[in-house]
Amino acid sequence: MAEEKVRQIGRHRMMTHGPKAGDPGKIMKRLSSFIMKRYSVHIIAVIICIFVGVLANVQGTLFTRSLIDDYIIPMVKSGSRDFSPLLSAIARVALFYSIGILSTYIYQRMMVEVSQGTLKDLRCELFAKMESLPIKYFDTHAHGDIMSVYTNDIDTLRQMISQSMPQFLNSLITIISVLLSMLFLNIPLTVISLIMVGVMLLSSRKAAGISGRFFSAQQKSLGALNGYIEEMMTGQKVVKVFCHEEQAIEEFKKRNRDLFVSAYNANQYSNILGPLNMQIGNVSFCICAILGGALALSGISGLTLGKLASFLTFNKSFSMPVNQIGTQMNFCLMALAGGERIFALLDEEPEMDSGYVSLVNVERREDGSLSETAERTGIWAWKHKHTADGSVDYVELKGDITLDGVDFAYDDEHFVLHDVELYGRSGQKIAFVGSTGAGKTTITNLINRFYNIQDGKIRFDGININKIKVRDLRRSLGMVLQDTHLFTGTIMDNIRYGRLDASDEEVMEAAKLVSADSFIRHLPEGYNTVITGDGSSLSQGQRQLLSIARAAVADPPALILDEATSSIDTRTEKMIQSGMDSLMKGRTSFVIAHRLSTVKNADCIMVLEGGRIIERGDHEELMGQKGRYYQLYTGLKIAN
Amino acid sequence: MEKSYESIPAREVIRTLGREVKEFKFDSIMTPVSMVLEVVMEMAIPYLMASIIDKGVTAGDMQHIKETGGIMIVIAVAGLLFGIMGAHFGARASAGLAMNLRLRMFESIEAMSFPNLDRFSTAGLVTRLTTDITNIQNAYQMILRMFMRAPSSIIIAMVMAFVINRRLAFIYLIAVIFLGIFIFTMMGRVSRYFAYVFTKYDDLNESVQENVTGIRVVKAFAREEYEKDKFDKAADNIYRMFVKAERMIILNMPVMQFTVYACILLISWFGAHMIVGGSLTTGELMSLLTYCMNILMSLMMLSFVFVMISMSAASARRITEVIKEIPEIRNPEDPVMEVPDGSIKFDNVWFSYYKDKTGEKDCILDDINLDIKSGETIGIIGGTGSSKTSLVNLISRLYDVTRGSVSVGGRNVKEYDLNTLRMSVSHVLQKNELFSGSILENLRWGRENATLEECIEACKISNAHEFIDRMEERYDTRIEQGGSNLSGGQKQRLCIARAILRRPKILILDDSTSAVDTATDARIRRALKDYLPGMTKIIITQRISSVIDADRIVVMDEGRINGIGSHEELLRNNDIYRDVYESQNSGKETPDFDTK
Repeated sequence: MAEEKVRQIGRHRMMTHGPKAGDPGKIMKRLSSFIMKRYSVHIIAVIICIFVGVLANVQGTLFTRSLIDDYIIPMVKSGSRDFSPLLSAIARVALFYSIGILSTYIYQRMMVEVSQGTLKDLRCELFAKMESLPIKYFDTHAHGDIMSVYTNDIDTLRQMISQSMPQFLNSLITIISVLLSMLFLNIPLTVISLIMVGVMLLSSRKAAGISGRFFSAQQKSLGALNGYIEEMMTGQKVVKVFCHEEQAIEEFKKRNRDLFVSAYNANQYSNILGPLNMQIGNVSFCICAILGGALALSGISGLTLGKLASFLTFNKSFSMPVNQIGTQMNFCLMALAGGERIFALLDEEPEMDSGYVSLVNVERREDGSLSETAERTGIWAWKHKHTADGSVDYVELKGDITLDGVDFAYDDEHFVLHDVELYGRSGQKIAFVGSTGAGKTTITNLINRFYNIQDGKIRFDGININKIKVRDLRRSLGMVLQDTHLFTGTIMDNIRYGRLDASDEEVMEAAKLVSADSFIRHLPEGYNTVITGDGSSLSQGQRQLLSIARAAVADPPALILDEATSSIDTRTEKMIQSGMDSLMKGRTSFVIAHRLSTVKNADCIMVLEGGRIIERGDHEELMGQKGRYYQLYTGLKIAN
Repeated sequence: MEKSYESIPAREVIRTLGREVKEFKFDSIMTPVSMVLEVVMEMAIPYLMASIIDKGVTAGDMQHIKETGGIMIVIAVAGLLFGIMGAHFGARASAGLAMNLRLRMFESIEAMSFPNLDRFSTAGLVTRLTTDITNIQNAYQMILRMFMRAPSSIIIAMVMAFVINRRLAFIYLIAVIFLGIFIFTMMGRVSRYFAYVFTKYDDLNESVQENVTGIRVVKAFAREEYEKDKFDKAADNIYRMFVKAERMIILNMPVMQFTVYACILLISWFGAHMIVGGSLTTGELMSLLTYCMNILMSLMMLSFVFVMISMSAASARRITEVIKEIPEIRNPEDPVMEVPDGSIKFDNVWFSYYKDKTGEKDCILDDINLDIKSGETIGIIGGTGSSKTSLVNLISRLYDVTRGSVSVGGRNVKEYDLNTLRMSVSHVLQKNELFSGSILENLRWGRENATLEECIEACKISNAHEFIDRMEERYDTRIEQGGSNLSGGQKQRLCIARAILRRPKILILDDSTSAVDTATDARIRRALKDYLPGMTKIIITQRISSVIDADRIVVMDEGRINGIGSHEELLRNNDIYRDVYESQNSGKETPDFDTK
């Protein structure tokens, strides 16, 4: 419950502040350095290739001028039939073109590696980072938002890196070289072309502005519709049971219509952008043609027919990259917003781990002292390395767990646990009871450091758990969580998740121990049945059995069972009881359950209320106290 | 459980999509028309340009330059106009298609029955209604705007080239044919490979999803490194496949450039000969070169459209699959419109979830015979997977029997109008949902025109009134999506209230009080008995205390009825029942700590 609350607070925060309008330049810089660190040689080669490609292209366009001015017209005038100079010129241009084609191909091929490689690295870094984040992060971020970083944000970034960035570079170099060539050909006409480019940019901005307004309206109605779809699909069976189909369709129609209107407006205006720029480009072409024609006729600025022809070609190839830069720029801004979310995730503070005590397997020597070994001996020890003199201590793992004056709040403000004292001796079974939100799950989440406490101390075999390496601490604690989660893979793989080097026999042994073996054997492929979608084809009870088996195969020194059998019917539970008992035997176990049968034989029962332990003792003692436990137990008072 | 989409033939897909275009036929026709007109305008420009150079500049005719230039500007404006029209109609047609497809899908889903829904996952349906639709919308707009435009641009450019100079135009014709063949064989291969890569990509994202939702398990078992290794391998695999696919795509560009440049050089060479020979003007040569660029651009556009189409083909199939799904449970012809009473009869009922697997071994209900009188209270108890839920699902025809029959009010359930039947049989599902909206709105799902008083009364019976009353806005309190701001027990009590508001003849509670404490549970049962005595009540539970005072209790075991009788009878002669009883009551009255 408390976690749910934190999650809501987190969501709320994200919604009110919206996506931060970060500095795109900064993100661009960071992205570039991310790429440059890995592919600096590639990038330099790409830039050179693009440059060469553009130059070769411009050479080709300039050839149109010299074709007419230097070859055709003189030949027409002189009436000569000697085509050999033209042939060698064409051969020269063909060489240029070949270089252009080759360099374009090379840079594109390199960009494939750069973009895909960068994305792969980003994905892997994202995933590695995600795995290192504290549970709190997942509480405060909607899972859909985290997912969309991997899907939407990475996808737009892919387009940006592989298409927009080279395109952008290409356009920029083209514009510069074309502009230079145009200036070289005729200055007044160039000025006119530039003015028309200005007009183009201005009108694009206008149209993009209108379209942008509709796009955010579209985004809003899309969100409204998608939210409705998600809710209706999740509750579809309820809709049918209540014959609510008609109403659902009516509401859907309304939202669907809204989306249609905004989608069509948004697309309409963004579609106009292309033709608008193209026709402005054409007008620019016309104006230059008319003025150029007049100039060429009057012969004032030395504009020849061939020069005019080239200029007009340049004019046409000038407006295209300008247009390109506009659209690519828009796209880049969008992609960079995604990039910002990617880097925000990468910048998250990982789980704190300053522990230096590690968990190792040990052998007992004849003299009783412990020595480290790589084999599984069944005896564990905490390896305590003293930094001062480099000496190493081994403390045998017994499973004593104590909480001393522990205060805890999910958000540093609203404390959900107050001054919790708890002593779990090796091999004891400790049970927590209390109403929802009393803090039972929270306590177990503190022991394995899913969350860090604000005040007090938690010790494992006398060692402050902050000194133990987080992963070793967790390896020493077998957990069966309230919400079962299974992974895509076979049943065998899922149980083996507890201990990766467990043999098939050991896996089956564990399954038998918790009475999961029989139902598994009834599945079509037995242990090799593939589970998909979090095991949605299994019943909740079966999934719980699997997650208990998973903890059993891990063979941990201590166990945390959080409502581990809540969905297993009482009869089956009774059947697995002996298995559970042997699983818990010799291990310190923390058990959360609302069923008496699960709790009654605990060595110590903690009754929690409002984040405090209000009663403690074994069943007999607590019954004798006639307090809260007695009330809960006899049903005299409602716990809710 | 997701269905594969390989089975639906392309013709079927196109027909299904085509039906939804009808409403926007005008827009769909006008878009390519406008685009073609835009192309005509654009294509006229190089022609006029040639005229300016030849007849104007060379002949020194300023008047001609001005006139032709003026015409060119007019044509540019007209082109813009057609462009805007194309933008408008294209956006409308594609957004319209998306709207209609979405609605048709949604309607189809609403018409589906439980067996149909089981075949599609919730997440799958959401994706189909959102991402897949967006893909289709974009692809349709692209097709409308480009599919006619690009070929007509090529054709017009070709025609113009032929008009200018037939011999030189042949060079284009050869180039276009060569490129066309190349692009289409190439793109066919690439898009097939891409389709494959994208399924792998989906798998990768799915594993991320699993890690996000299951992060506690990953951390509890300290499996971060293991997951990282797994992910790195998968990501590396994806990287390789994408690189391979994109390397195929980029071959496009050099081939295209090569062809175009070859054309330019050939035209220059032969053009020069012709000009010197007097059979071609310089202006015409210029135009020819411009058309060459036009053809190149159009071909690139066309290949892009082709990729779009093949990429969205999978989406189209997935959408069609939902629309074409035939509801397994339908209204009978000439349905019975009233349920006379709340009696239920199971007659040799066999049931399997799989239509194609109906052997005795596949059935999870084996030959059930059960007679329930109207007004009776029946408890059903049994272990995990003993098919309790499957049994009651047959009463309101959420599923149909495989063999045998189920009757309500003396008639086979298949004879009733579905809505009539479900109005009379109120089913509180095990996995229940509330919807975002006020408490009152949620309650009125039960009966639309229920008054506030009636709602309060129902809530009093289900013991929900007390907590609603304590809320600040009482019955106007907003419920968040999925009821996330309510506790499990509160949700369950609201769901019961919603179900009894319907005033059904039969009420089915499928583990509906599992999160409610025993005392409240007892009060709910008491109230149901006192206020709704004539209603048949079926209570599925794991708690003995919930069924202890039922008229009869049915003990289910592995799909069979293991015993029927009152609490006392079963205690005496049913082993399973006694086991369950003892597992819960080791001599004590209450089995649970009522903690939820």
